[in-house]
Amino acid sequence: MLNPLTPWQRFLARPNDDHVKVFGIAILVALISAAFVSTAAVALKPLQDAHLEAERAARMAQMLDTLPGMREVMEEAGVDTLETRVVDLATGAFATDIDPADYDIQAAASDPEQSTAIPPDMDVADLRRRANHAPVYLLERDGALLLIVLPVEGTGYQSTIRAMLALEPDLNTIAALTITEQGETPGIGARVEDPAWQALWPGRQIADENGNIVISVVRGTATGPYEVDAISGATVTSNGVANMLRYWLGPHGYGPFLDRLAAEGL
Amino acid sequence: MASNLRHVTAPLVENNPVTLQILGICSALAVTTSLSTALVMSLALTAVLCIASATISLIRNHIPNVIRLIVQIIIIASLVIVIDELLQAYAFEISRQLSIFVGLIVTNCLVMGRAEAFAMRNPVWPSVLDGLGNGLGYSLVLIIVGSIRELLGAGTLLGYTILTPASQGGWFVPLGLMQLAPSAFFIIGLLVWAIRSHWVGQVETPKFSLKLQRSRG
Repeated sequence: MLNPLTPWQRFLARPNDDHVKVFGIAILVALISAAFVSTAAVALKPLQDAHLEAERAARMAQMLDTLPGMREVMEEAGVDTLETRVVDLATGAFATDIDPADYDIQAAASDPEQSTAIPPDMDVADLRRRANHAPVYLLERDGALLLIVLPVEGTGYQSTIRAMLALEPDLNTIAALTITEQGETPGIGARVEDPAWQALWPGRQIADENGNIVISVVRGTATGPYEVDAISGATVTSNGVANMLRYWLGPHGYGPFLDRLAAEGL
Repeated sequence: MASNLRHVTAPLVENNPVTLQILGICSALAVTTSLSTALVMSLALTAVLCIASATISLIRNHIPNVIRLIVQIIIIASLVIVIDELLQAYAFEISRQLSIFVGLIVTNCLVMGRAEAFAMRNPVWPSVLDGLGNGLGYSLVLIIVGSIRELLGAGTLLGYTILTPASQGGWFVPLGLMQLAPSAFFIIGLLVWAIRSHWVGQVETPKFSLKLQRSRG
């Protein structure tokens, strides 16, 4: 009978500078390390996601605090958080058959059944696919919209940047922009999380009088209502944020939804 | 046994990896703005150092010499990724503060240095003790520097106010410099000076001497 241990012992007994042993040890070490790392990453993912979710909720609450008067309005309306609804991005209508509490946009975006490929000429945010539905957060009083918050994502220099974009009731003026997740270079691109930079966004307009989306990030000094200063040294990241807004507010993003909202209201 | 214990005690002060071997300085500057980040970094590095030393020592007789550095790096890098994932799962806030510096343990000369200099040539148990000793020596310096920087820079220790800052009605004016990287250089420099004054044998002979020319008149 062939003893399975013998080839192993023969392998170990080979001299250390033998080619078979060099390749064998390299492959073995790589495989075992890869298995070890993957196991840890998969096993710990739910815990890490819970932290990210909690952080996102905290950012949302923080963003509401920065909007003047928003807390008072919410107190009057008797709510302590925004109402979440799921939007069908293609038609712009609310998808009433999806429970917002269970909907996970990131899982949907990687599921071919629940996502759509973005045509390359429209993919300014370099996302390739987007989910068919997106959750939006809104605050209304007596049927009139007071604030709408849209989750957006785009590609920066080396990571996916996720953000919350709050729009005024005119659906064209930015009320706040909060970066909720990014993995840009620490100290350079990661400064998109800097509150001072995010404070440049409120009051900026997205589209001009003709409805063309013109918001952009510029080097040097921003002029006019459609421009924001880039972060010096992090042009790619800054442009990534602008491209993210251009994509998501455009015809392949929330465009149909915002048009419908402007025409028909809630 | 006594000789094994030497592996733990020797790197604590007299053969300290930071003050004598001058290894791991980069992270020692970056994570010592507060004591809590210094503690977590110390813990992470000591864990990586011990496990890496044990693993490398275990397979040392079968690591081909031509690829030994690559094998060491793969083992160290895997351990660091796992530690980073663990921190993100169980100590999310601290992992945010440490940001890339946990990942940079891979390039910390201390871990590679001990693997190459000790674990490759010694049995498992002494290697673990050597890793532990060097980890603790590094930790000791980080904790000292972290305590000084947090106390003088913010008036707190582990987040608890020790010296009430003047802005909150106390007498203490926080030293902004202590929150910046250069202050860690100053503190480590003073530590090196203190240690070398006590163990005079550590003083290196200067490779070059300055020619003293005093102009007169």
